[in-house]
Amino acid sequence: MSDDKQAWPSKSDWQREYDATRLRDVPFETMSGVPVDPVYGDAPLPGQYPFTRGLHAAGYRSRLWTMRMFAGFGTAEDTNARFKEILRNGGTGLSTAFDMPTLMGYDSDSPWALGEVGRAGVAVDTLRDMEDLYADIDLGTVSTSMTINGPAAALLAMYIAVGEQGGVAKADLAGTIQNDILKEYQAQKEYIYPPRPSMRIVTDMIRYTSAEMPKWHPVSISGYHIREAGSTAGQELAFTLANGFAYVEAALAEGQDVNQFGRRLSFFFNAHSDFFEEIGKFRAARRIWARWMKERYGATDERAMMCRFHTQTAGVSLTAQQPENNIARVAIQALSAALGGTQSLHTDSFDEALALPTEKAARIALRTQQVVAHETGVTNVADPLGGAPYVEWMTDEMERQAEAVFAHLDELGNGSILEGVYAGIDNGYFVGEIADASYRFEREINNDQRIIVGVNEFTDGNEDGETNLLRIDHSVEELQRKRLEAVKQERDSAAVEASLAAIRTAAADPTVNLMPPIIDAVKTYATEEEISNAMRDVFGTYVEQAIV
Amino acid sequence: MSVKRLSVPELVGRALEGNRRAIGRMLTLIERGGEPADEITDLTHPATNGAHVVGITGAPGAGKSTLTGQLIRHLPTLGLKPAVLAVDPSSPLTGGAILGDRVRMDDVAGDGGFIRSVATRGHAGGLALSVPGSVRAFDACGFDPVLIETVGVGQVEVDVAGAADTTVVVVNPGWGDAVQANKAGLLEVADVFVINKADRDGANDTRRDLELMLDLSHVSGHEDGTGYRPPILMTTATDGSGVEAMWEAVTAHRTHLEATGSLERRRAARFRYEVASRLTTRMERSITRSVDGLTPDGRSPATVAADLAADLLA
Amino acid sequence: MAIESTDTEQPTIRVVLAKLGLDGHDRGIKVVARILRDAGMEVIYLGLRQTTASIVAAAEEEDADAIGLSMHNAGHLALAPSMLAALDDADLDIPLIIGGIIPEADIPVLEDAGVAAILGPGAPAEEVVAAVRGAVAARA
Repeated sequence: MSDDKQAWPSKSDWQREYDATRLRDVPFETMSGVPVDPVYGDAPLPGQYPFTRGLHAAGYRSRLWTMRMFAGFGTAEDTNARFKEILRNGGTGLSTAFDMPTLMGYDSDSPWALGEVGRAGVAVDTLRDMEDLYADIDLGTVSTSMTINGPAAALLAMYIAVGEQGGVAKADLAGTIQNDILKEYQAQKEYIYPPRPSMRIVTDMIRYTSAEMPKWHPVSISGYHIREAGSTAGQELAFTLANGFAYVEAALAEGQDVNQFGRRLSFFFNAHSDFFEEIGKFRAARRIWARWMKERYGATDERAMMCRFHTQTAGVSLTAQQPENNIARVAIQALSAALGGTQSLHTDSFDEALALPTEKAARIALRTQQVVAHETGVTNVADPLGGAPYVEWMTDEMERQAEAVFAHLDELGNGSILEGVYAGIDNGYFVGEIADASYRFEREINNDQRIIVGVNEFTDGNEDGETNLLRIDHSVEELQRKRLEAVKQERDSAAVEASLAAIRTAAADPTVNLMPPIIDAVKTYATEEEISNAMRDVFGTYVEQAIV
Repeated sequence: MSVKRLSVPELVGRALEGNRRAIGRMLTLIERGGEPADEITDLTHPATNGAHVVGITGAPGAGKSTLTGQLIRHLPTLGLKPAVLAVDPSSPLTGGAILGDRVRMDDVAGDGGFIRSVATRGHAGGLALSVPGSVRAFDACGFDPVLIETVGVGQVEVDVAGAADTTVVVVNPGWGDAVQANKAGLLEVADVFVINKADRDGANDTRRDLELMLDLSHVSGHEDGTGYRPPILMTTATDGSGVEAMWEAVTAHRTHLEATGSLERRRAARFRYEVASRLTTRMERSITRSVDGLTPDGRSPATVAADLAADLLA
Repeated sequence: MAIESTDTEQPTIRVVLAKLGLDGHDRGIKVVARILRDAGMEVIYLGLRQTTASIVAAAEEEDADAIGLSMHNAGHLALAPSMLAALDDADLDIPLIIGGIIPEADIPVLEDAGVAAILGPGAPAEEVVAAVRGAVAARA
């Protein structure tokens, strides 16, 4: 795609926008008192299409990134206590991790749930758990992110119902639900139904939130898991944006307005350890997305061309050996996210290669990004690395790699990225590419071509005793099953059955939006598994065609 | 007691009683070849019941495993007890292999079915010996049909297609695929064609192409002049549609083979081929042994070979 | 001299690899599959969402010499013993190897329960291969 005919906005346009921005009340000068400009270089500047240099004219001078810490373990009450702790410590958004049974659409009393209840996240079976999860937290002022995909519709429905109970209208609920089902087939593997019916659920949710929930992001298109599964930075970028194009094409195919839903899409990237490669990746993501949204999908509203993204440091980079070294890794990765212009950031806890984070480790992680934000001065200048030859080259290189993948998918799908992505899932293209990259990386470590501190070099200190680890009490599983049993006893089972039948009917009719019947069902305290099963009955389930 | 410590007759005895662990072990010994494998062949041969042997082949990614998985879910509803030999290539470098077909076949445990994954390398005498041995073992243990699933390329196919009564060739929509199948010689061995992923664009075009190719070339009945024309079926392996009709076509082929006497002829040819393979393998080994350490002694190579041959066949 | 029977092949180690339960982290187990393949073993890869029953069935049918499970969700103290019990019930004397994020304190617990070997994340290839060979040799 060429930008030859592009009428670039000028520096004075930028100045007008900057002047209209409300800034944070801090001195924008170096530690030694040298005043610095809000940006250096020429147009296109931050806030100007194609947004390579950032989405906002003032960069972080107007607002720092959201320090969003992911938490979730045990019962809803346990996680609620951790949420309140995060908010007290200056966290500005909540991010919820669910346990495996919840992520896969199973209740805590399912045979599949054995050993998994409340372990890697919080267990949510019914609306009752959601009520406890957000108890005494004002959903009208806090923004919430929920990391769930296969059963996302049921969890969003529960969140809407909890809001209503607390007097917060759904139009005032702010937050994000991950709901990025395509990357599940490619990387994270937390799918329930086959790809096409899953996409129908996603487009129903996009349509519903576009109309009813203007502050809600219905999809967070996620490269994080693709990277964690072993992809390269270029593959993370390419596959994620291709998935984004697929959602856009799916929504367009149903006649939705690209300027409307385009503004509500957001992204989620990984910040790994190769500092400049990561920064180039973030900058390229903004540029590619803006160009494609404008040129291929016909967006005219600039807000629908903006690639807004959350970033999390690379869990896979953390080592079990000398775990304290992970604090340094996380700090460097967090800095790359800040220099790449992220909208929000989660920093991993140093003990995550060993177990779920302890409260202390999670606090150190939050403090790490606070150090980056408040002590390093990188927030004074928007895109401070812009114009550096290596950084610009890397940005171009990331874009080149991504465009090559898009061309492949476009061909695979006969001119449709959506069909190309389906085909790539079906023929093992994505999982195969990721597995190859992952194996190559592991072999390089194994052959000592690549040094990982504490793993294959500098191993003195590996014998130190283990740090304190968070242990989830075995009684959580038992406790959660009893809670579920109690809810099942109390509810009106005829109402539950009727609401599930309504979901089945809606699922069988692609012209009906699934959200309203799912919201009705959660209010009867139908369980997440019951709701998922109603759709499994109609949509079937997905089994991966393994490519090793 | 661990099956590893049983004698071969004890092991085969247990396997014939239906002990799955013993069957699994017996298949390993067959693959490893040598005297234990010969002994198993002798012990299982009298217990066979003439199970229908069905080869399922086609290009990588055509959906053979998923289709086989749908079949082994369907067959028990007809009162059948299927076994599957899933053949995957070994790494040419290390001889190791990753055998992933079970994933796509789902789990048939409890339904009485049996899946065995086989790598192409590392079998004494190659698949030409181990596949017939394994098929015989399954047959003797009461499995019927025995399905052999292979990637449709190269020598493996020749070895395996020869072991089947009925060969199903799986292709996908798209002209290219049918052409590839033709080039690979799969059209020559097909008794039944399946166009899998029939929900995709181009399925009808592919059917037309196949019909045309059949019009122009052979029919698999040409060997016996019965004029049998391979039927073309449409399936969607991911949801199982078309699988019942596919199985009906497979059984119809078997009925045709029986009615025309072809089954007997095919099996006799197979018997001869297996005997020849076994003989060849034995000969090769003996030859290797007899030439090992030979040094030129003034006689011509032809004379040495003639002397050794006389020796070997004495 | 007469024509002889063929040699019996040297045994190739056959390993069943699976993810037990819901955990979908399969990066590590896929790397292990390739490591074992490259060491000349035959890997029967069962993939995600397996039950103890499906793993037992595969181990029987495939005549596995070892079973490798990967666990990343802190469920190992429940899942590993349930797998061992299922093997026991089926009278299968096959070594069970666990890979994944296992806290040091849990290692003796799992070993006492009968797990043959435990591999941490990023274990080097030689260690993975040696663990499988060692576990198989110990039961031979």
